[in-house]
Amino acid sequence: MGSFLDADLRLSRGTFELHAALGAERGEILALLGPNGAGKSTALRALAGLVPLEAGHVRVGGRDETTTPVEQRPIGMVFQDYLLFPHMSALENVAFGPRCQGADRAQARERAAGLLEHLGLAEHAVARPGRLSGGQAQRVALARALAVQPRLLLLDEPMAALDASTRVEVRARLRHWLEGFDGTTVLVTHDPLDAMVLADRIAVVEEGRVVQQGTPAEVARRPRTAYVARLVGLNLFHGTAEGTTVTLDAQGEAETVEVRLPAPAEGPALVAFPPRAVALYSEPPHGSPRNVWQVRVDGVERFGDQVRVHLAGPPDLAADVSPAAVAELGLVRGQAVWAGVKAAEVECYGA
Amino acid sequence: MTAVPPTPPAAPERRRLRARSGRLPWVLVLPAVAAVAFLVLPFAGLLISAPWPDMGERLRDPEVLSALWLSLATATAATVVSLLLGVPLAWLLARTEFPGRRLVRALVTVPLVIPPVVGGVALLLVLGRNGILGTHLDAWFGITVPFTTAAVVMAQVFVAMPFLVISVEGSLRGADRRYEEAAATLGASRTTVFTRVTLPMVLPGIAAGAVLCWARALGEFGATITFAGNFPGTTQTMPLAVYMAMQRDPEAAVVLSLVLLLVSLAVLVTLRERWVNA
Amino acid sequence: MPETFPRSRAAGRRPSALSLIAAATGLSLAATACGGGEADEAGRDQEGGNLSGELDVFAAASLTDVFESLAADFEDEHPDVDVVLNFAGSSELAVQINSGAPADVFAAADTATMGQVTDDLGLDPDWAGEHGEDGALFATNTLQIAVPPDNPAGIETFDDLAEEGNDVAFCADEVPCGAATTEAMEAAGTDVTPVTYEEDVRAVLTKVELGEVDAGLVYATDVVSAGDRVEGIDFPEAEEAVNDYPIGLLSGAQNPEAGQAWIEHVLGGGGAELDAAGFGTP
Repeated sequence: MGSFLDADLRLSRGTFELHAALGAERGEILALLGPNGAGKSTALRALAGLVPLEAGHVRVGGRDETTTPVEQRPIGMVFQDYLLFPHMSALENVAFGPRCQGADRAQARERAAGLLEHLGLAEHAVARPGRLSGGQAQRVALARALAVQPRLLLLDEPMAALDASTRVEVRARLRHWLEGFDGTTVLVTHDPLDAMVLADRIAVVEEGRVVQQGTPAEVARRPRTAYVARLVGLNLFHGTAEGTTVTLDAQGEAETVEVRLPAPAEGPALVAFPPRAVALYSEPPHGSPRNVWQVRVDGVERFGDQVRVHLAGPPDLAADVSPAAVAELGLVRGQAVWAGVKAAEVECYGA
Repeated sequence: MTAVPPTPPAAPERRRLRARSGRLPWVLVLPAVAAVAFLVLPFAGLLISAPWPDMGERLRDPEVLSALWLSLATATAATVVSLLLGVPLAWLLARTEFPGRRLVRALVTVPLVIPPVVGGVALLLVLGRNGILGTHLDAWFGITVPFTTAAVVMAQVFVAMPFLVISVEGSLRGADRRYEEAAATLGASRTTVFTRVTLPMVLPGIAAGAVLCWARALGEFGATITFAGNFPGTTQTMPLAVYMAMQRDPEAAVVLSLVLLLVSLAVLVTLRERWVNA
Repeated sequence: MPETFPRSRAAGRRPSALSLIAAATGLSLAATACGGGEADEAGRDQEGGNLSGELDVFAAASLTDVFESLAADFEDEHPDVDVVLNFAGSSELAVQINSGAPADVFAAADTATMGQVTDDLGLDPDWAGEHGEDGALFATNTLQIAVPPDNPAGIETFDDLAEEGNDVAFCADEVPCGAATTEAMEAAGTDVTPVTYEEDVRAVLTKVELGEVDAGLVYATDVVSAGDRVEGIDFPEAEEAVNDYPIGLLSGAQNPEAGQAWIEHVLGGGGAELDAAGFGTP
């Protein structure tokens, strides 16, 4: 038996091919994280039945829904720009689903009113969508999707249409509201923070494939692709481990680079360490088991209260140093520096 | 070059608000003014040369009143029929794929191109006493269509419905189909999606199409006189009355045209007010 | 076909806005055959009796066949003259002429329509002095009952038209054939209620040809021109409503000499052609 949500999505659109196996348990929130055009929204639409599969299956709670028409699937969906029906009030929008499922007018309105109240929108029930703020509209859309009592809740970039300040607040509340939901939630986002905060599991989608699946902590600590590494802010390298040394895959004609590890490993491996673990020196440092490479400054930018220094190698990497250190070293583009990383800060895992 | 604190974006919003909207482009304004003049001046000519003192008397003429009433009633009936048949057709053309869809679409526009008189003859050939269908209607049900008020409505539907279909199809194509998808994910059947979501959202387009259709039906002459004939009270609509008056007394024809014009304008303005205020 | 008026020809006489509109409406509704030459410099070399230039003849639609044939003869006789014929309903032509359309000669289907022109634009004074202020009569036309070829309703007399169940098409009162129909009906003392008052005689014929009506009242010439698509039935009451066709040289004609010659041609040599087309002689 597979998970509560057990989907194998295969379809092609022109040159784009989606081939994604997704699974999540009841009560879990699965985030599909990936860059624009990776196919995560297509995957969501395939789960909803809005685009047909060419092969594969969609099972929810043990029932095969692969060929079920959209309107009969046990789903609720929140669209990126919410798509609240502009000619209906918030209440009518939420009551729409129950009405379609056969509830009479009074029942539908009652359920809708209850949901709106639960989401703190009771006073906006009669408002047309045009009069709602972004955050309110999102909540109405969520209420509308929940009103059909779905077993699979699909959220397509729920934060994308919100401004930055609303986002912080909504993110926290969304997590709270979704906790009460007893089905599986699938959330599409390109924002790692959304995925980290909201999801129990993350599936990273790139070019139509799931390249990594795991808990937010796993994904954050052990990214598997350059895209994820960039999202979670790690330096990531591919290489081959032998004992406590990883030989990084050569980039073009450049000389090979070795990374020393805190513990032995074997075979193809990924090596990751955070930019703040990188120290910069104007002279080669001595003592302590460090990885030290001579690199060149490629660029400098402000990053929070630190300064991020992009370094051209091999290996190419980023270092976060204090503004004071920048001043002390007098970093300018093209300048040669030494970069050091303690072996203990290096995370190595199988490729 | 290093950590220069980023300057906050200088309020471009405000500057945009203050910016003067540029001068109107004359290449657009001049033709537009010419267009308005071209469309309005003939009207003005009618208004200026109309024998206004006669107007009240004409309006009390029972024959004029019956023609006016017949025109309004038949044009409205034709619009209702066009809505009932044309909106589903527009939906089919805009939302579905079926073999021959392009051909059907082209055929729908045929009445726009052929002279209405030819349309009237075509209707006679089909629904006339000796027409392809008309023969059977007569033999089986004793129904003859020509020279009846129903024939007037049919002739009007024939020439006016394409306006509605094209207009509604356009707005259906322009409508955001994702709302329909949203409705489907909420459990709405295709029929429900159409009646509860699609229809309300393209209502402005349907209204525009209906107005166009009504106006075309109101002014319909050629197909009507050919297919329905000209008999006061049953088939003589205002345009027919105008044409007949033209034969004897062009001034009377102008007065009748103005009556038709003013009444239809009044109806449209009233409807518009209703919609705007709704 | 382009409407070639208003041309500069009617200088000094501004058509009223009203009649212009009326003319335009009429034009768009009728099948106009309007000659569009620019040869306005009509030849005036009367010396050798040689006529030349363009001659614009506006004629009632019922005269189409006869006038086309007569024009061919006329052009054989006067090779330098280009006869341009413009056929339409008489009243439309009258409105066009009064609005400044370039016409030398007008041949109307009834005296009333000619009256519209003589009252407004008027005829060439010299010519009128000779032939009369209201134009010269050159043909007559008599009503006939037109029925579909096998006469399914078995109509024989005017009174049959009034019978229950017989659908009849009349011309509208406003057009000449309609006025004549009313006169005939009064003469017959029979009250016939048609199913439709058609806008012209052609429309009546169409309804008869298609079998949409059992009978229609049209002119003898229309029955002739319809060939075997309809049958014509004479009825005595028609004698009370004989239609006279007047012709006249218009005031301000650009080519009065050719116009005058054309009228002589029609009055003198047109008899046989007119007779063949179903016209009578005045």
